[in-house]
Amino acid sequence: MNFDFSEDQKLLQQTVRDYLSKNSPLSLCREVLESDAPYAPDLWKGAAELGWLGTAIDERYGGAGFGYLELVLIAEELGRALAPIPFSSTLYGPAEAIRLAGTDEQKSRYLTKIAAGELIAALAFSEASGQNDVESAATTLQGGKVTGTKLPVIDGGTADTVLVAANSDAGLSLALVDLTGKGVTREPLESIDPSRPLARLNFDGAPAELLGAEGEGAALASDVLDRAAVLMAFEQLGSATRALEMTREFVMDRYAFGRPIASFQAVKHRLADLWCEIELARSNCYWAAWALDTDDSELELAACSARISATKALDLATVEMIQLYGGVGYTWEYDCHLFYRRSRLLGAALGGSSAWRDRLVGRVDARAAA
Amino acid sequence: MDLNDTPEEASFRAEARAFLEQHLELLPPGTLRRGLAENLTAEAVAEAQAWQKTKADGGWACINWPEEYGGRGASPIQKLIWGQEEAQYEHPNTTVFSIGTGMAGPTILAHGTDEQKAEWIPKLVTGEEIWCQLFSEPSAGSDLAGLRTSAVRDGDEWVLNGQKIWTSGANWCKWGVIVTRSDPNAAKHAGLTYFVVDMSDPGIEIRPITQINGGQGFNEVFFTDVRIPDAWRLDEVGNGWRVAITTLMNERVSIGSAGGESMISSLIEHVQELKINGGRALDDPAVRQRVADFYVRSKGVEFTGHRTVTKLSQGGIPGPEASLGKLIAGALIQDIASYAMDLEGQAGSIMADSGFQASYLGSPGLRIAGGTDEVLRNIIAERVLGLPPETRMDKDIAFKNIPTGPPSK
Repeated sequence: MNFDFSEDQKLLQQTVRDYLSKNSPLSLCREVLESDAPYAPDLWKGAAELGWLGTAIDERYGGAGFGYLELVLIAEELGRALAPIPFSSTLYGPAEAIRLAGTDEQKSRYLTKIAAGELIAALAFSEASGQNDVESAATTLQGGKVTGTKLPVIDGGTADTVLVAANSDAGLSLALVDLTGKGVTREPLESIDPSRPLARLNFDGAPAELLGAEGEGAALASDVLDRAAVLMAFEQLGSATRALEMTREFVMDRYAFGRPIASFQAVKHRLADLWCEIELARSNCYWAAWALDTDDSELELAACSARISATKALDLATVEMIQLYGGVGYTWEYDCHLFYRRSRLLGAALGGSSAWRDRLVGRVDARAAA
Repeated sequence: MDLNDTPEEASFRAEARAFLEQHLELLPPGTLRRGLAENLTAEAVAEAQAWQKTKADGGWACINWPEEYGGRGASPIQKLIWGQEEAQYEHPNTTVFSIGTGMAGPTILAHGTDEQKAEWIPKLVTGEEIWCQLFSEPSAGSDLAGLRTSAVRDGDEWVLNGQKIWTSGANWCKWGVIVTRSDPNAAKHAGLTYFVVDMSDPGIEIRPITQINGGQGFNEVFFTDVRIPDAWRLDEVGNGWRVAITTLMNERVSIGSAGGESMISSLIEHVQELKINGGRALDDPAVRQRVADFYVRSKGVEFTGHRTVTKLSQGGIPGPEASLGKLIAGALIQDIASYAMDLEGQAGSIMADSGFQASYLGSPGLRIAGGTDEVLRNIIAERVLGLPPETRMDKDIAFKNIPTGPPSK
């Protein structure tokens, strides 16, 4: 057993961190948040040039052919930087689905472009508030055409292609839809984190390309969500760790009653508890990264555990961040709200924690019965 | 990153299992950890000693210790593997050795002379001699360095007077490790010296403490003019605090490394069988939410342990971050017990075979012994996160001048 990343993997992580600290300061996230720009194009270009987008994509399709252990570390760093680019939208859902179920031709066509940064993709499973399962999609797939409405779709306003879940007579299917083609209209939705924009997508007989067999989308969607959850959890973990570090620095520098407020036990114990939550999440994330990388059957448990604990850790980190910064933490000027907003955006993407808990227990129960 | 055994680890696991199969039966699943320091009988202690002897003869006791001291120089990962395997078999409760093998032994190995190691370690490994730890005092618990049991030098001997408390299994012990105040004129942490004492000394009186669960795992120990040779001193005079820290770090790792996992599997089995509102408790949406959170926390503790073991195997030592396991697992065990009882409805007040009521009564001890939750949070805040230490009233003055409250009752 070796439950740690290798020296090479840690070196890669450090390289990514160095690049992002120069090219993705928090001011970049704020720039996107305060403007109409959907993402930071230079950073997106950089991510492609440095090969991050193709990290886990096969060399045949222009990727680097690394495993997931490298990709999760890049995700963690992007989370640290609150990087305002459609990395997660493109890679965690759509690229994974194409890898799992695409034909060679589809892989070659899509993954090559994704690795090169020439195609932005997005995940369009959700349709309505409160919908926590993919299977009940009202969107239909008939004769190769999709009709229905998807919301919210992160990066739906700029994506070239989306992965949709739609029902036909055969059951749930996953399909790719070209958003620049016919039968598609997009409307922006106001995002809780405008550094990551949301859209509503309306499909009216939009041509769709089936991914995997028709009617076999439920199992595929479940796999895609598990894999996306692991990658997203590392992003959440990165954001949470950064929030703790910044809060630590703030309470060390802030004096009250003649002492740094970091010297008060009320503050110390809160940060100790937060550190514990983040470490528990980190351990679950490592478990999930291992399961994802080795395709182990524990992935179905580990993905849920990583997702639930990383969401909780980031939630707590950002709530505590604002509380411990005090008044200034509640100002637009300070960066706390960038984290607070991102926490909710990531916590909602892929469905809320309540749904993931239910999913986890269902699987634990089934395994115990087996 | 790889959770699976390497070929070497797999062959070590097979070797361990072969030894266990030769001597023991597999354990039925779902056995609960109830808390600290269960009542022991002389018969149980004799059975534990027999099993410890069997392990020692086979080279499976204290496996991570050097070969010359009865171990097999096993790596931290091999120790983890052994623990995983042994836990699957029905064997006598060996808690009575945990102070010796988990705390006193490692401390002697780290700070003792070759003569001291040769004298104490072999019989500790075989279980022939049982050890206890004499640290806490009525007015020195979380503030352990405030201890007052005095050690006064008299030629080649020391004379000990005072009172210790919360000493597990003192009545079964041949030896104890003790921290004493050897210089009340020195500053608090500088005036301490660490010794080994013979528990059969007529100047030592042991009185059991009855816990909230009715158990009597702990004792008060009184010292009246107990004379010990200077040869029983561990490390330098005045260096006792540093030695004590070695013992305490080993204690936290040892308390923190077990319990949560068996608790969550017991809870899952319980809610699969328990009926509420005419259906399985586990099918109730509210129950599923709580069980999921317990499961995720429990897995987090388990895999944090794996990260610690990996770090140890890369040559690290148990650091302050090892406090996490005990801090989280202690409260988790208490919370799970409490929730399981809540689901039982009015029957939750019956001391049931499921063991949750017993866990509920035992678990508060897990959050106090070996560093309270609050002390662990301070350790994490100060030594992991580097936050400033508490403002103190006891620094840079002689110990005897430190303000104290009224005497404990």
